[in-house]
Amino acid sequence: MNNSFIQINNISKHFADVKAVDDVSFEIKEGEFFSLLGPSGCGKTTLLRLLAGFEYPTSGNLLIDGTDITALPPDKRPTNMVFQNYAIFPHLNVEKNIQFGLRKLGLSNDEIDKRVKNVLSLVKLEGYEERFSNQLSGGQRQRVALARALVRQPKVLLLDEPLGALDKKLRDEMQLELRTLQKNIGITFVFVTHDQQEAISMSDRVAVMNEGKIQQLSEPNELYKNPENIFVSDFIGETNFLKAETKSRDGDFINVSIEGLGEFKIKNNLNIVENSSDVVCSIRPESMMISKVKSDWDICLDAKICQTSYLGEMTRFYVEAKGIEKIITVSSQHFDNQSFENNECFISISLEDISLLNKK
Amino acid sequence: MNEKNNTLLIYTLLYFGFLYVPVLFLPIFSFNDANFMSFPLAGFTTEHYEEMWSKRNLHKALWASIKVGVVASVVSTTIALFAAKAFARYKFRGEKISYGGIMMPFLIPEIILAVAILVIWVNLGFKLGLVPVTIGHTLFCTPFAMLILIARIEGFDFSLEEASRDLGENAWGTFFRVSFPLYLPGIIAALLLSFIISFDEFILAFFLTGSDATLPMYMWGQMRFVQKLPHVLALGAVIIVFTTFIVLLAFWLRNVGQGKAKKDITMKL
Amino acid sequence: MIKSWRKIYAKNDNIKAYTLLSPALILVILAMVVPMVLMLSFSMFTQVSMMEIDYTFTFQRYIDFFQKNLLVTLLIKSIKISFLVTLITLITAYPVCYYIAFYVKKNKMLWLVLLTLPFWTSYLLRVFSWKIILGTKGVINSSLINAGILNEPLTFLMYSETAVVITLTHAWAAFALLPLYVSLDKIDFSFIEAGRDLGLSRFEVFWKITFPLSLPGVIGAILIIFIPTVGDYVTPALLGGIEGRMLSNMIQAYFGKINNIPMGAASATIMLTTVVLITIIVSNVTKRLTQRLT
Repeated sequence: MNNSFIQINNISKHFADVKAVDDVSFEIKEGEFFSLLGPSGCGKTTLLRLLAGFEYPTSGNLLIDGTDITALPPDKRPTNMVFQNYAIFPHLNVEKNIQFGLRKLGLSNDEIDKRVKNVLSLVKLEGYEERFSNQLSGGQRQRVALARALVRQPKVLLLDEPLGALDKKLRDEMQLELRTLQKNIGITFVFVTHDQQEAISMSDRVAVMNEGKIQQLSEPNELYKNPENIFVSDFIGETNFLKAETKSRDGDFINVSIEGLGEFKIKNNLNIVENSSDVVCSIRPESMMISKVKSDWDICLDAKICQTSYLGEMTRFYVEAKGIEKIITVSSQHFDNQSFENNECFISISLEDISLLNKK
Repeated sequence: MNEKNNTLLIYTLLYFGFLYVPVLFLPIFSFNDANFMSFPLAGFTTEHYEEMWSKRNLHKALWASIKVGVVASVVSTTIALFAAKAFARYKFRGEKISYGGIMMPFLIPEIILAVAILVIWVNLGFKLGLVPVTIGHTLFCTPFAMLILIARIEGFDFSLEEASRDLGENAWGTFFRVSFPLYLPGIIAALLLSFIISFDEFILAFFLTGSDATLPMYMWGQMRFVQKLPHVLALGAVIIVFTTFIVLLAFWLRNVGQGKAKKDITMKL
Repeated sequence: MIKSWRKIYAKNDNIKAYTLLSPALILVILAMVVPMVLMLSFSMFTQVSMMEIDYTFTFQRYIDFFQKNLLVTLLIKSIKISFLVTLITLITAYPVCYYIAFYVKKNKMLWLVLLTLPFWTSYLLRVFSWKIILGTKGVINSSLINAGILNEPLTFLMYSETAVVITLTHAWAAFALLPLYVSLDKIDFSFIEAGRDLGLSRFEVFWKITFPLSLPGVIGAILIIFIPTVGDYVTPALLGGIEGRMLSNMIQAYFGKINNIPMGAASATIMLTTVVLITIIVSNVTKRLTQRLT
């Protein structure tokens, strides 16, 4: 395994006054399923297009497998792409689409046939060779796009929101299938998406991007459990933010005064400075417990339910607690909206579920 | 709007009449057995059509028009294809001015173009003839061809070209394997319509042909003589049928594979 | 070196666009701009004899132009005729486009193709067909005489300003129809419904909503008809007679029979300048007018 298979070194891409990608550096491992995640306009697609060669960086350089590809045109790069709209050539049938990129590889006819056959079975499209793009469903088109890129056996497969155009059910199916496919063929995948659930469920590692910068690069569960900043915490899953102020440090811990909760000693993973009011606390709705009676958790608050919404597998409560300005969201699988008398309840929080974040 | 409006419908139909009826008199009188174009019709004859076979000057003029038309339409469509691609694909500085400049020949009075080319051509010491006519026609056809092609290319999904580059084709390979086949209906439509414009063009030819008449010039020459009018009518009728056929073909091609959304851009022409 | 050039090329949309545009721009510069500049300079020379031109710069041709009553009259007449043609074409074509844009539901394209089809047939032949209709022994006169309504043919039909205006209105119809239709078709019908909903009468809806929104098409049509018709040669030559003569016929004569190239060039330059000025004024006035309407 090569841990720096793709090297992205100080890459910036400016369009007129907009910094689409702003001095980004990181590495992608060989054989990794790597996702670029972020809201629209965060620079993730630009970064992918820089890798593919459709854009050239304003500054910085790109290496794949030790070769500098910064100035190479797309046709000279060891990458292939699955486009957002699939870009299936409408004047060619499925077979010709898949063969399109093989002509320049100098393969024998037998080899071409073999490869096309293999890739068709890989994406389960045997029997569709003669069809044209307008005779295919969205899912089938996506498979053709995948086959067309994979048949060239690229070192890196780039995927630009390939599941975005599919409906929910098909999307879930394809997620699983893509993941299995990637595991089987072992090619490095760079996957762009704005869907956090998609990124988290499929990837080995995820880079969360915003405003042209990488906000956090880590394994999916880390993103959820230990967000490094307020953007990631907010973007991944749901959360409650509470005002806070740091006091003195104590080794790996720091004393924090949190609005409505009081002062506690919390683990200081992010090395946050003492005596700062530029911090917030984040508590996930599902990490809290709502109950009719008092609990023995680290923190237990008197609270009043102001609204509930029943979501099937769980119920979401919007509660007011003394000393906390904002309404707090709590999710629970054990209660429904009829359980509480006079809307009175207790909210319990465990200290290890509170994460402390810098505001900026 | 779900109601009907019969007043407007009747008016519209009358307007269609106004557009079509005058043109239809040409074929009607071309079969009339008389030298004057007046009612009542004198009798049916195809003699005026037969007459066309024997006119050597007509054949010469037809050949000249075809030569000029083919060269002008091929050159202007090629030039327009590049230009249309630039406008449809890129945002760039000076876009509006360039567009205006290329559209200019279509807008300013033709007589001014003709006179300007005449002055420079004669002063460069060249002889008038089909060459300056072809240059003028190329200039005049380019904006038309460009409008048709922009309409075609604007709806084009450029990620197809990117996909081709991504799959290892270079710029030329991409053009020949992806862009060109997909633009083709638009290109043919542009070729056909440019050819028709050149084929029917009169003013530039009038100033620049010298002694090599094109077909409109030949007709112009014949129109002055009453006894020759009937065979001009026959010729005109043939030309009208021919043009209508080509134009319908071009319209049909222009819409092949075109979505509904692109319709109004197409209609700029 | 090659790599860095490729990089610059790939990076810069301006360079790419102008590479693609260069053939068209070169054509326009060599075949239009340069010849027109030369024409402009010729308008400042003097024709001494048949073959001889005096190349000293002078504005005498322009002074001559405005001192010759005939030329000024022809210029004014050209503008008047074009103005009438533009106005009549717009007024007559507007309801047709309105009907197709708002009332026709099926096969709109077919209607439009049919509307524009006559435009593609030879201009010369379309003009000529009016000669058949309006001529002394033409369709109208021969029919009326045959029907016993007239004894003598109506002479004012042919070789007159009226003949020129009618013919040009017919010939340039497509240029009004298309821009008008495009701008009307773009209007979201819910605007009109909203206008009615907010208590405007049909008439008010038209003047306050539909017409202002179709204005780009109106201006487009004005430009595209007015400019070329000022310089029309064929129609006045075939149908205008002496009364219907326009400036173009005179320009042609300067380059032909009269052989005074500088004078012809000066007349052409004046025509072009007038046309450009009037277009600017007309489109501005129209814009102002609507602003007041709405």
